[in-house]
Amino acid sequence: MDAPPKPRPQTDGLSGEFWAAAREGRLLIQRCADCGEHQWYPRAHCLRCGGAPVWVEASGRGVVHTFTVVRRSTNPEFAPDTPYVFAIIALEEGVRMAARVVDVPLEHLRCELPVRVVFPPAGDETPLPCFTGG
Amino acid sequence: MGFPSGEVAVVGVYESPLRRAPGVHPYAIHGECILGALADAGLELGDVDGFATAASFPSEGGLQMSLGEVAEYMGIHPRWFDSTDIGGAAFITHAGHAALAIAAGLADVVVVSYAAAGASGVLPFPDYNTAAAGPGQWEVPYGPTTVATYALAATRHAYEFGTTPEQLAAIAVQCRANAAANDQARFRDPMTVDDVLASPMIADPLHRNDCCIVTDSGGAFVLASRRRAEQLAAKPVYLLGFGEALGQISMSQMWPFTETAAVGSGARALASAGMTHDEIDCAQLYDSFTITVLLTLESLGFCGRGEGGAFVDSGALAPSGVLPINTDGGGLSSNHPGRRGALCMIEGVRQLRGESPGVRLDGARTCLVHGTGGSLSATATAILGV
Repeated sequence: MDAPPKPRPQTDGLSGEFWAAAREGRLLIQRCADCGEHQWYPRAHCLRCGGAPVWVEASGRGVVHTFTVVRRSTNPEFAPDTPYVFAIIALEEGVRMAARVVDVPLEHLRCELPVRVVFPPAGDETPLPCFTGG
Repeated sequence: MGFPSGEVAVVGVYESPLRRAPGVHPYAIHGECILGALADAGLELGDVDGFATAASFPSEGGLQMSLGEVAEYMGIHPRWFDSTDIGGAAFITHAGHAALAIAAGLADVVVVSYAAAGASGVLPFPDYNTAAAGPGQWEVPYGPTTVATYALAATRHAYEFGTTPEQLAAIAVQCRANAAANDQARFRDPMTVDDVLASPMIADPLHRNDCCIVTDSGGAFVLASRRRAEQLAAKPVYLLGFGEALGQISMSQMWPFTETAAVGSGARALASAGMTHDEIDCAQLYDSFTITVLLTLESLGFCGRGEGGAFVDSGALAPSGVLPINTDGGGLSSNHPGRRGALCMIEGVRQLRGESPGVRLDGARTCLVHGTGGSLSATATAILGV
């Protein structure tokens, strides 16, 4: 039986610019135009000062803060991907994002492993930022 | 004016003996549990003027307005109600909120109920906390599962503090040992640390037997004022303290990964009861996963940060230890229909009445009941006493 379709990001007015950049292989994060604080995930306000965040390009470098190898997925749409790595990445800019780690042997995974962003081809879909050994 | 410590009691409890009930709609299980808890209290449906539940998950039979639908199904017309919906901790928050309502005169008899067909399911069950829109668009497309979100915390705890798979497994082993005495428990066969480690890995480092079981079941409890409680059939178990706290929903927002919102809810519960840790005789801790219990013990302050593994190794959680937990076998071995908070409350009450179906402790007079909902997202802590 074919797996059901995976949930894809539902772009909204705020996130459109991010996903457009992702199609060009660029990782954007938010930075407050008022106080300069970086934040993730993107919001219409700055968590620190309530100011107006704008998109800036991130270096794409960071470390694995924590991770798990999903061996069995309770969501059938992701079962064909198993085993896959669901991780929290701490970017150089001081924010953390959820992502997959790809093309790293599972036995080499560890917290604080240096990683860099990659955008694995996704056919007609918008590519999701993932991270690989950096 | 703070929490009305000791002014409100749990006067009736009932846990469904069901564990597998294909074809039974969850609302029928609500009915069984609500009538059972009222009978335990010596009350009738017509006495109920306050009601709380959360039944919004597909396996729970409801959608957006589930509180109203379950009340309608039961024929309850409450003048006070609450549908705070924060995962498995919800039913403990309902108890705390109900105590405030009863003390304020907004209700006399409040029922809190939970039921789900977690095992048999009535609808497909997407295992995400949210949709791939708004905040969820940044996380759901990567394929998190509930187990995976808790596993993130387990990985980081092991990295920072050296916590071992064996220490986590020992928590499941203790719950299984307690379940052996409970003839309603889903699993009662002896289980060792090696058995847990040999069970299939689901999301590293959590094995299948580090995860709660899944059942079709439910439970309900009834709250009333101290004055009313003293006139009723069952031995009153008083609500001495209560606290609640919200953490994150998106895992990218969890900070740090080695503690939960229990830091806040636990401290507030103890403060409202005017109690210290050494006055707590036992605990019913929501055990969705073994790591949940370990983080909860540390976050509540029963041991220091990073010391959870050693605390478990010390035998603290055994019936003879300093903090016996999950005396019915918990969600890891006895019953977990999907959100266990109500069942933690029920076992806390039964234990203090001397009526636990599992391990009965000698002379337990206080019990801390703690729920963790979502993906380490929200917590509620209640302190019960007799």
